[in-house]
Amino acid sequence: MKKIGKYDYEPSNEEIDRVYQKLKKEAESGGYFLNPDEEFTKLLVKSLLINEKRYGYWACPCRLAEGEKEKDLDIICPCIYRDVDINEYNTCYCGLYVSKDAYDKKVPITPIPERRPPEEERKKLRETKKELPSQLPYPVWRCTVCGYLAARDSPPDVCPICKARKERFERFI
Amino acid sequence: MPEKKSRKSNRKVFLFALSTCIWCRKTKALLDELGVKYDFVDVDLLEGEEKERVRNRMRKFNPQMSFPTIVIDDEVCIAGFDEKRIREELR
Ligand code: SF4
Repeated sequence: MKKIGKYDYEPSNEEIDRVYQKLKKEAESGGYFLNPDEEFTKLLVKSLLINEKRYGYWACPCRLAEGEKEKDLDIICPCIYRDVDINEYNTCYCGLYVSKDAYDKKVPITPIPERRPPEEERKKLRETKKELPSQLPYPVWRCTVCGYLAARDSPPDVCPICKARKERFERFI
Repeated sequence: MPEKKSRKSNRKVFLFALSTCIWCRKTKALLDELGVKYDFVDVDLLEGEEKERVRNRMRKFNPQMSFPTIVIDDEVCIAGFDEKRIREELR
């Protein structure tokens, strides 16, 4: 069963660099920090570009994507587990985003436990999407990535806080 | 006292990995550094039935399906790049 590790797509160094710089800028303007180990971080950026080519979206490099957007929504980078993991462990699961303390090298960046529920549980969660009857003049939408709330008829196209796309919002109230 | 078998050479080591995961990459590097003979599969590079088969196998050892997952002698499972445990098990 030995399978030689190979990539099915090789992004160029220029492309990796460009996306890395952009991501770094975006992260910092939103109060987030990329892993200061540039080599490590660029490898992850490369992986994200590979996944973009493979699946059409930035599936998390350290998790097995299904290749169906609906099923992978929680792990499109930045995943919905990032913020809690940074709070608890100073890093996201892959080690792409880290806390300020980790960025300042006050705490080490180590592998952390997987917080994403297993397949069966995720399936149940998807199926029991709660219908929330609301007496409010507007529904409230929650960004699953950063928790931003917006009371309006539909979610914004892009989260003004973390730049997550519309499909990452869920009805909150 | 039963003879302690050489921990490294006689053990069957299998690694479930993802080609895009950097902790998996570090795991491979560590196994190489320790001189461990091992087989591995990058599950994200598989397709169709083969992928399903490997997933089903992996699920038995690590229902969480997190990567990397190391299986030693079909019984010991190390989930994640747990450098300390890997070194202990395979020194
Ligand atoms: S935030 Fe980190 S753990 Fe989450 S998808 Fe992106 S790289 Fe993976």
